[in-house]
Amino acid sequence: MPKPIKKSRKINFYYLKHEFYGKALVTFFGLFLILLTLLLVVFIASKGFSTFTKDHVSPLQFLFSTLWKPDRDLQSGGPVVGALIFIIGSILISVIALIISTPFSIGTAVFMTEISPRLGKKLLQPAIEIFVGIPSVVYGWVGLSVLVPFIHRVFGGLGFSLLAGGIVLAVMIFPTITSVAADALRALPGDYKEASYALGSTRWQTIRKVLVPSALPGILTGVVLGLARAFGEALAVQMVIGNSIRIPGSLLDSTVNLTSIITMDMGNTVNGTVWNNSLWSMALLLLVISFLFIVLIHKIGSKGRVQR
Amino acid sequence: MENNDIKISTNSLELFYGDIHALKNINVEIEERKVTALIGPSGCGKSTFLKTLNRMNDLIPSVRITGDVYLDNLNVYKQYDIVELRKRVGMVFQKPNPFPMSVYDNIAYGPRIHGIKAKNKLDEAVEKSLRNAALWDEVKDRLKQNALGLSGGQQQRLCIARVLAVEPEVVLMDEPTSALDPISTLKIEDLIDDLKEKYTIVIVTHNMQQAGRISDKTAFFLHGEVVEFDSTEKIFSMPTDKRTEDYITGRFG
Amino acid sequence: MKIKSQSADKAATIVFYIIAGIVVLLLAVFVGYLLYQGRDRLNLHFIFSAPVFGKEGGGIGPQLFNSLYMVFLSMLITLPIGLSAGIYLAEYAKPSKVTNIIRFCIEALSSLPSIVIGLFGLLIFVNLTGWKYTLMGGALTVSVLNLPVITRISEDALRNVSPSIKEASLALGATHWQTILKVLVPSAIPGLVTGVILTTGRVFGEAAALLYTAGMSSPVLHFSNLNPLSHGSPLNPFRPAETLAVYIWQVNSEGLAPDARKIADGASAILIIAVFLFNIVARIIGRSLNAKFTGKSSRK
Ligand SMILES: Nc1ncnc2c1ncn2[C@@H]1O[C@H](COP(=O)(O)OP(=O)(O)OP(=O)(O)O)[C@@H](O)[C@H]1O
Ligand SMILES: [Mg+2]
Repeated sequence: MPKPIKKSRKINFYYLKHEFYGKALVTFFGLFLILLTLLLVVFIASKGFSTFTKDHVSPLQFLFSTLWKPDRDLQSGGPVVGALIFIIGSILISVIALIISTPFSIGTAVFMTEISPRLGKKLLQPAIEIFVGIPSVVYGWVGLSVLVPFIHRVFGGLGFSLLAGGIVLAVMIFPTITSVAADALRALPGDYKEASYALGSTRWQTIRKVLVPSALPGILTGVVLGLARAFGEALAVQMVIGNSIRIPGSLLDSTVNLTSIITMDMGNTVNGTVWNNSLWSMALLLLVISFLFIVLIHKIGSKGRVQR
Repeated sequence: MENNDIKISTNSLELFYGDIHALKNINVEIEERKVTALIGPSGCGKSTFLKTLNRMNDLIPSVRITGDVYLDNLNVYKQYDIVELRKRVGMVFQKPNPFPMSVYDNIAYGPRIHGIKAKNKLDEAVEKSLRNAALWDEVKDRLKQNALGLSGGQQQRLCIARVLAVEPEVVLMDEPTSALDPISTLKIEDLIDDLKEKYTIVIVTHNMQQAGRISDKTAFFLHGEVVEFDSTEKIFSMPTDKRTEDYITGRFG
Repeated sequence: MKIKSQSADKAATIVFYIIAGIVVLLLAVFVGYLLYQGRDRLNLHFIFSAPVFGKEGGGIGPQLFNSLYMVFLSMLITLPIGLSAGIYLAEYAKPSKVTNIIRFCIEALSSLPSIVIGLFGLLIFVNLTGWKYTLMGGALTVSVLNLPVITRISEDALRNVSPSIKEASLALGATHWQTILKVLVPSAIPGLVTGVILTTGRVFGEAAALLYTAGMSSPVLHFSNLNPLSHGSPLNPFRPAETLAVYIWQVNSEGLAPDARKIADGASAILIIAVFLFNIVARIIGRSLNAKFTGKSSRK
């Protein structure tokens, strides 16, 4: 008769060695992600808030004033840091990028899923993967060495412009929107399509009236992700928009945005000055906006689920 | 002792998957070194019952169990450590599921996790288990090759060998031949016949002939209950319950 | 009516083909242009020699080396952490508030602009540690960028392992952790490797997060000195380390050399080639590992 194998001390040691140590380790690293995120938020926020707490700049003025004179001397009233120009620049460039990119992205996604899945898989999928892999400085460099002179020659102006930034970003966010939209289209149940064809609809009618509308939450998610990427991109944009601090009057005017001004001035300003602090506030703003985009995506996602 | 040759017994065993009452008041006694077959229509709870014997149901969060299962008169859910229990009660699954590693590493896996490190001991265990599973001659020259390169029937015997390498006392098999061709099936049936000299075997099968050929005792499950449990001969020649008869003769709806 | 909708259908199909054609053409022209422009720099001298300040003919040797070294270091940091976190999420995390928070954090981290992550790196790995601009600081910053990605890749790869294998291992009396370590992770390798190589490619091209962490200069490197603790050694991670991608940006904005344009062209061509290499290698390795893990190659 075998002896009872109750949970003895020996067995506990066995589990300690073969289960709990490992589990504790991976649990720690799982929780570490929370810690890292908190750390990141706290550090960026504590620097970013110093403009308001230490330098007593009013947050409203920071967000809504276009006056950017971070190096004005005290006789003339001291530095002013209104970031509205940069905010507007970021918004304009991202929106232009979206306007250019979205039709192409949805078109490509539809092509890959409905028109020719074979070519989609063989040609477009790899193409998209390579577009994703191309580093942003390379996009910036091609923008600078090809697109900017092209715009200068064809439309006049400097070439460094809102338009150039929008086009470069459009190419960069194209793969994001396309792959998310294609996934959304692929995830649609097959009977949607069959039902529509059974009613005698053509493929185009099916795409327009059934497929794209039912995949809309997914497509919107892609668009928001693209927008988020456009908003946060730094170097590629900075290389082609000219970086003159003003609100652009036309597509061909040069302008500046949040990421560009951070990129350019972070290295030239002294830690602790209003000028430097205001750059951190802009970084904080970017962080907050990026979190808001995620919340937005979740909202779209949960709406999509309710509809289904 | 009266129950000396009873290896496993259950007492008012009930199992729920959330609200689904999958096992109802199961009281069976499984004899040592015999082959016990579990038969019954799809969804009647055969696999569920089998998994209560080595506590594989513990993996499913919604499962709730009442009643007792005894192995060697000790409560499986209260008195055994789960690692020790599973070492004693091995399991072969419906679809062959070798690990994506070499034949050798597949067999040595069990001994290794149970602490055997010496190369010669492992070699010995591998050869012995493969011989016991009637696979040695076919794979002795390809021990280093990936097990997924074997045929389906060979893979299933590999899985049996993998269980044997842990030196269990009971081997549970859930439709081990349903994914195999007739020849591989026969080989496994022969193997089971050999194995019962040393092991207690509980096998789920949908194949009446198979149950008749290989088992000593048969339990008929229906809607989570054991309708009849008797010697295979009796069950197949003169079942007591009408429902058993209907099922065996294929008159079942 | 019928005819009208049919011709609309035809027209739409043509438009879709045109869109797809433009996309492919754009990529072809883009890549072709870069390779063509960079063609006379695709030589060993350019790849291996150091830049010459204010003169023509400089190479990108140190920058290329720094990029590779940084990729290596950051993977060394990210892989164990990301894999662990992925294991936790795939195997241990129960649906709960904490798990949801972790998932939100992963999402949040992976959608942060890389310039913001770079600034976080500046605060922690440059200022707080007092290291100044270092390769190590850059590698750690890039690790923050990569961690959510590698975590997600690991989780997906583990979830894609057939549950029957996990069952088999548990039924043999292995603990959950033993099952993870000895069966699940090895079985997830094909998925892991492909994802990791593609991520590696991303690190290789990252610049915004590195400007203010690894810096925009590289000391003169003595490739004969391989002592990682010594000052001029290329292996010393505590020195400024401008990478190739950062160099492309910097050479344009700061006019360091009269042939800046040529250098940027050449370096871009090399980055593009690297992107292709990473893609192709990921595919080949992924496919061969997959074949190996499903036994197709060993059957013959
Ligand atoms: N994980 C689970 N969650 C919920 N219900 C389950 C689960 N597994 C099985 N069931 C239910 O429990 C009942 C018994 O299932 P079980 O798999 O034991 O049947 P079976 O007799 O093995 O059937 P088969 O012959 O098809 O294998 C069925 O009604 C099934 O739907
Ligand atoms: Mg079953």
